[in-house]
Amino acid sequence: MHDDIILEMRGITKTFPGVKALDDVNLQVRRHEIHALCGENGAGKSTLMKVLSGVYPHGTYDGSILYDGEEMRFSSIRESEQQGIIIIHQELALVPILSIAENIFLGNEIAKRGVIDWHEMWKQTEVLLNRVGLKEKPQTRVDQIGVGKQQLVEIAKALSKDVKLLILDEPTAALQEKDAETLLKLMRELRDRGITCIMISHKLNEIAEVADNITVIRDGHTVSTMPSDRREVLENRIIRDMVGRDLNNRYPARASHIGETLLEVQDWSVRHPIQTDRTIINDVNLNVRAGEVVGIAGLMGSGRTELAMSIFGRSWGGGQTGNVLIDGKMADVSTVPRAIDAGLAYVTEDRKSLGLILDETIVKNTTLAALPKISRRGVLDDTRERHVAEDYRRQLRTRTPSVFQKAGNLSGGNQQKVVLAKWLFSDPKVLILDEPTRGIDVGAKFEIYNIINELAGQGRGVLMISSEMPELLGMCDRIYVMNEGRFVGELTREQASQERIMEAIINAEKVNNHVDA
Amino acid sequence: MSTLDQNEAIVTPMDEAAGPADTETVGKISIGQYLSDHIRTYGMLIALIVIMVFFTYMTDGTLMRPVNLTNLFLQNSYIIIMAVGMLLVIVAGHIDLSVGSVVGFIGGLSALLIVQWDWPVPLAVLVCLLTGLAIGAAQGYWVAYWKIPSFIVTLAGMLVFAGLTIWLLDGQSIGPFPRNFQLLSTGFVPDPFPFVAEALGLRRFNTLAFLIGLVLSVAIVALAIRARRRHAAFGTEDEPFSFFIGRNVLVVAGIMYVAWLLATFRGLPNVLITMGILIVIYTFLTNATTLGRRIYAIGGNEKAAKLSGIRTDRLTFLTFANMGMLSALAGLVFAARLNSATPGAGRGFELDVIAAVFIGGASMSGGVGTVVGAVVGAFIMGVMNNGMSILGIGIDWQQVIKGLVLLAAVIFDVYNKQKVA
Repeated sequence: MHDDIILEMRGITKTFPGVKALDDVNLQVRRHEIHALCGENGAGKSTLMKVLSGVYPHGTYDGSILYDGEEMRFSSIRESEQQGIIIIHQELALVPILSIAENIFLGNEIAKRGVIDWHEMWKQTEVLLNRVGLKEKPQTRVDQIGVGKQQLVEIAKALSKDVKLLILDEPTAALQEKDAETLLKLMRELRDRGITCIMISHKLNEIAEVADNITVIRDGHTVSTMPSDRREVLENRIIRDMVGRDLNNRYPARASHIGETLLEVQDWSVRHPIQTDRTIINDVNLNVRAGEVVGIAGLMGSGRTELAMSIFGRSWGGGQTGNVLIDGKMADVSTVPRAIDAGLAYVTEDRKSLGLILDETIVKNTTLAALPKISRRGVLDDTRERHVAEDYRRQLRTRTPSVFQKAGNLSGGNQQKVVLAKWLFSDPKVLILDEPTRGIDVGAKFEIYNIINELAGQGRGVLMISSEMPELLGMCDRIYVMNEGRFVGELTREQASQERIMEAIINAEKVNNHVDA
Repeated sequence: MSTLDQNEAIVTPMDEAAGPADTETVGKISIGQYLSDHIRTYGMLIALIVIMVFFTYMTDGTLMRPVNLTNLFLQNSYIIIMAVGMLLVIVAGHIDLSVGSVVGFIGGLSALLIVQWDWPVPLAVLVCLLTGLAIGAAQGYWVAYWKIPSFIVTLAGMLVFAGLTIWLLDGQSIGPFPRNFQLLSTGFVPDPFPFVAEALGLRRFNTLAFLIGLVLSVAIVALAIRARRRHAAFGTEDEPFSFFIGRNVLVVAGIMYVAWLLATFRGLPNVLITMGILIVIYTFLTNATTLGRRIYAIGGNEKAAKLSGIRTDRLTFLTFANMGMLSALAGLVFAARLNSATPGAGRGFELDVIAAVFIGGASMSGGVGTVVGAVVGAFIMGVMNNGMSILGIGIDWQQVIKGLVLLAAVIFDVYNKQKVA
């Protein structure tokens, strides 16, 4: 029995100044299994994996790591990699302009006296690519393949290092459904070939599908470890353990009081900013009414983000034509400041690089879009600013030791709350939310949904873009379906279903193909 | 206020469950602990004091003689004037390599206008400042609106204006300037209260200099007390009281000591007043205004700033225009100090200015840095130049040591940043 355990982390405690990130965490992973690690953002999953892989060297934490029956004291990632423990981070660590082969052997190039043996490297790369089922040439540049395939390259890279224990941090977060399925299938194959996997994930259906055992961490403690049989009760149990309570309804109910039309977009077309002959958004018409939550469904690349950003101060694209009406009057949204003045707010899908200044405090991020409101004749009122930030921290329940914490130190869900606070403080009539719950755990998602409902309840309009169809179905009064830059369907809450949305997309594709042929 | 009230309604069902993590209770911490937590803030100031004490000892007190201290201010005035502008440029995430050449060019222009064409000094000064503004604007235009890397644009500017300086002066030095122009740098504020010194029986004592020192001290202490009260009211004060007292006593003692030294020589140099006003204005601008906040935001994350409705292009443009104008001012001060315009004037100044800003804790990637830090950085360089010259260390080793100090300062800063993170 004991031999079956490949990894045992015992009593791991890790403190940062002022925060106990991990408190006596235990984790047991059996040989040849897929072990899922669940927990809300900030629960300590990533910290635990960093302890395991030597990012936090031995001595900076308490507790012990037993691997293959021996105690390990890693002082760097290199040492853990030598033992076959390899971690693949959510943000892929590939060099985009290098080839697949160069990336796989980066740092371990096959060389004689410093001269690279390209043929050997390509040959070995082909073998590795075969093992992960990726049909690409070793010489292909990494930036020319999609994220899903890049993920496979990362796994091939791990295989090249003779991996025994593979750790995947949110492996499918950025993937389309089909790519995600391929990846999960590969994980199962790797397991059957004797590689143990630890997978950090928020997607409960995936966990239920591939994991053999599941460990849930909450607030730096191990809450439970369970086998993944009895699927029907599993998801609910995981959720309960993650958030510490039952979440019967994942989408809070809202009594809709729909009023006048707030935002109307007429005949909106946008061209590509560089290839100006390409029309990316084609003749879109939409409206959002007061108190209404309107969704935009569509596959990745259908132009949803581009549409939103082009409306919000022409932040994307060129050659816009069409009208934007706010409160029934023509609005000037030609620059971001004008769009904000007109009553729009745009919560970006990419909060780290477009939404926040990670090195600045929560306070400064909160007020950034509405500095005039906390200043007189250009001079800031610090006290008022702090109160504003404090108020939003309380209202949105942002979890942080203080509002003077840097935004970069917060977990995803809390970062999103800071972005929302920024836009709430600008007091918009209509908020465009682009993937508002991406990379956020279940508990925080629920809180974001509540905030969205409150916004609608205040009579604001919400336009919500999401790739998660259940989320759109659960939250929206109306859903537009977008495909290749056009709106191809509009469904009311009653009409909408996953099938009908897909139907609209597929029908549109058929028409397109027909025209092309 | 109305929006806040509206939003007050947003309270999620899991009401106030965040618990004890909400308000971190800051217990009393020791002075040593506080200092090590804030080493990035005070590190360079401590370094400056250590360097000053060191050179005072090594030069048998020559460094802190009134005449040398006055010289120290005069020698470094133009670097400090430019460091203030460079701070904004670097905080916005850019760099300006052309400032040294602009100093030379404006010096040449002023000599041409004043010495050769006999223009009245105020008019010539105005034209020079506007020319500087135009030069900065021209470079800022390419950086801000065409997204040409500032390194390239200002490297070009550096070459262009170095060349134009030689052309303008025809390879010759032009001088001397009339007396009223020289006052820009080497003049002193006259003492309106000579009777005080007489009454006290002091032979050479500038009461005004001493008084201004006193007023400055009172103002700084008053501001510090006000800030502490506001922090305390908000529960974010973690500075030990004894540290607060000690810090302010040191600052006041330093200011009064310098004021005393200046008072016993010739009083306040004009350029010190100019510098002081600039430091106050730009500290205020960076700390307390929306304009300053937005410049930091651009350096912190330009895309996020743009999507938050900040006119990033315009602000970048303005920081460069401002830099051009301050370079012009520095050029005038430098020409006045040398009492002539030379073709090679200003060469290499950009490096001293940039070094000062980085020693003062600014970040290469933008978004971080303070005006006071940049000034302290400039003084560290200045005191070392001065001290090493008094000690008779050759220009060769001076450069080596300055280079190493720059490297050490930035390593120190990066190390402390990592320690925090």
